[in-house]
Amino acid sequence: MIEIKDLHKSYQMGSNSLHVLKGINFEVKEGELVAIMGSSGSGKSTLLNILGMLDVADEGDYHLDGVPIKNMNETKAAQYRNKFLGFIFQSFNLINYKTALENVALPLYYQGKSRKVRQEKAMKYLEQVGLKDWSHHLPNELSGGQKQRVAIARAMVGEPKVLLADELTGALDSTTSYEVMELIQKINDEGNTILVVTHEVDIAHMCKRIVHLRDGIIVKDEKIKQKRASEYVQ
Amino acid sequence: MRLLFDRNTWQEIFGSIRKNKIRTIITVIGVLWGIFVYIALSGAAKGMDNGFERSFENIAMNSLFTWAQNTSIPYEGFKTGRSLQLKLNDARVIQNRIPEIQYIAPRNVRGVFGDAPGAIVRGTKSGSYAVYGDFPVFTSIATKEIYDNGRFVNEADIEQARKVCVIGERTQQELFDKDEDPIGGYIRIDNIYFQVVGVHKFTQGGGFGGDGDIHIPFTTYKKLYNTGENVGWFSIAAYDDADVIQVEKDVKSVLKGIHRVHPDDERAFGSFNLGEIFNRIMGFSKGLTFISLIVGVATILAGIIGIGAILLISVKERTKELGVRRALGATPREIRSLIILECVFLTVISGVMGIILGAVVLNVVNNATQDIDFPYTNPTVPIPLVLGAMALMVIMGTLIGMIPAQRAVSIRPIDALREE
Repeated sequence: MIEIKDLHKSYQMGSNSLHVLKGINFEVKEGELVAIMGSSGSGKSTLLNILGMLDVADEGDYHLDGVPIKNMNETKAAQYRNKFLGFIFQSFNLINYKTALENVALPLYYQGKSRKVRQEKAMKYLEQVGLKDWSHHLPNELSGGQKQRVAIARAMVGEPKVLLADELTGALDSTTSYEVMELIQKINDEGNTILVVTHEVDIAHMCKRIVHLRDGIIVKDEKIKQKRASEYVQ
Repeated sequence: MRLLFDRNTWQEIFGSIRKNKIRTIITVIGVLWGIFVYIALSGAAKGMDNGFERSFENIAMNSLFTWAQNTSIPYEGFKTGRSLQLKLNDARVIQNRIPEIQYIAPRNVRGVFGDAPGAIVRGTKSGSYAVYGDFPVFTSIATKEIYDNGRFVNEADIEQARKVCVIGERTQQELFDKDEDPIGGYIRIDNIYFQVVGVHKFTQGGGFGGDGDIHIPFTTYKKLYNTGENVGWFSIAAYDDADVIQVEKDVKSVLKGIHRVHPDDERAFGSFNLGEIFNRIMGFSKGLTFISLIVGVATILAGIIGIGAILLISVKERTKELGVRRALGATPREIRSLIILECVFLTVISGVMGIILGAVVLNVVNNATQDIDFPYTNPTVPIPLVLGAMALMVIMGTLIGMIPAQRAVSIRPIDALREE
């Protein structure tokens, strides 16, 4: 599903160049639930941004579902993001003047789907995350866990190939985090490919594979025995 | 284009407008004020224009008057200071020699230039009114509206020097009873009986002639007051396409020739060129229209630039939202259209409101000035100007909207999302 070879990325900080990613080789197969772990500054967010086509690599190949991601203009990148990727952010990034339903429906709007289809589909996904009764609430009327679940529904609604989650539990307490992870695991069980960037060990262990990143290189890539989030939830 | 008629586009726009109510209101007021000033100013200018035109509607626009004064240069053995007298025959000579002249009306009057007015008596009622000796052609130069059943002096009156008269509205009120029909009635002018054949209407703001004037045939006048061939002044109307200033010069030089006056004598004949004055007033009101156009357009521009500035700030505020949209698959084009459409939409809405407000104010002013003698009639803004203003607003709204729109897409989604 995801193939990257020899990926390099550096940032210009004034006259200094900061080499963030120093040759990443990495592969994700369909249906995997991968955690990318590392301390801050290890390059994990940069990697995720490049995978999410929000940023471009300086060097290296990136194939997403067999499609080479290279030299794309913004329009093309936007279309690919819309079709292939779903994003979940640490700070939810819901649009605060839109209801939960409208937020979930937004990717479908950019896919050019009709209003009726959007409503139905968005409702279906909201139901999946257990927020059907909250569909007409604004984000500031929802709790953190509910917001993140709306965000997950929004990421799912476009039926993307890969879900990218950036510290999705970073703003949540542990109970809520586990609930959200339970949802992520459920989605993964249905066969979706999910990448989770995190620095929390317990969250990482709820995935099926952990990639450790340090100073821009992968130091460890291990398959683990998945811990079900439901075990933690009382 | 599809974007324009898409309900979803508008939902997005309304969403962001509704979110920022105060911002929206302030922005709208900016442009609204601009278009309001534009409409009110150009409407008022047009109203003045119309007002002036109405003031002059009962007199030929390219007419002039000329009268005799005293010479100021000795010539052909005559010493300076000789007083001149226009004669009836001068009219024929002027008409023959100057082809640009359409009508020439010799006129005489008592009671206007300092001499005693005619003493008018009817039964026990009496009064003093200006008495004019006129030819029928006078009505071709200055319209005299005559009330029903009446008429002005005609050719037969002139030929037979009939004792008939046309009286003014006020004269009628003062000499006749309320329900009495003045037509056919008799009045005494300086002890001679005249039959009233018409009552002329007084036009407000006309500025020429009063509401008590009495007109009698020129030939009767000369018998009554023993003026012989003398003429007080000539009212002259040139053809529409003639240069009135040149005609004025030609008339004077012809008169100088007839009356043996030095060609350079500027004081021998006086004249009042209505055409020239009229052109000047029209020029003034055209200038006013032009200035109001410039001021209005400038104010509109200022308003639209205000919208642009506010949207620029709004884009900065919404950086994150726009970043999210792009992460979810909005193309730069879609983001750009969203911002531009928002700008154009705000512009047009406030523009329409400004036009309505401007129209209301113009109407109020028009009603308030309806009955007073002020050159202000029917203030309108021509549809092309309104449409032009709308077009300008849409175009400028789009152009100005491009600045924040460009800024919105120039922020990379990653930077937008990183911003906390």
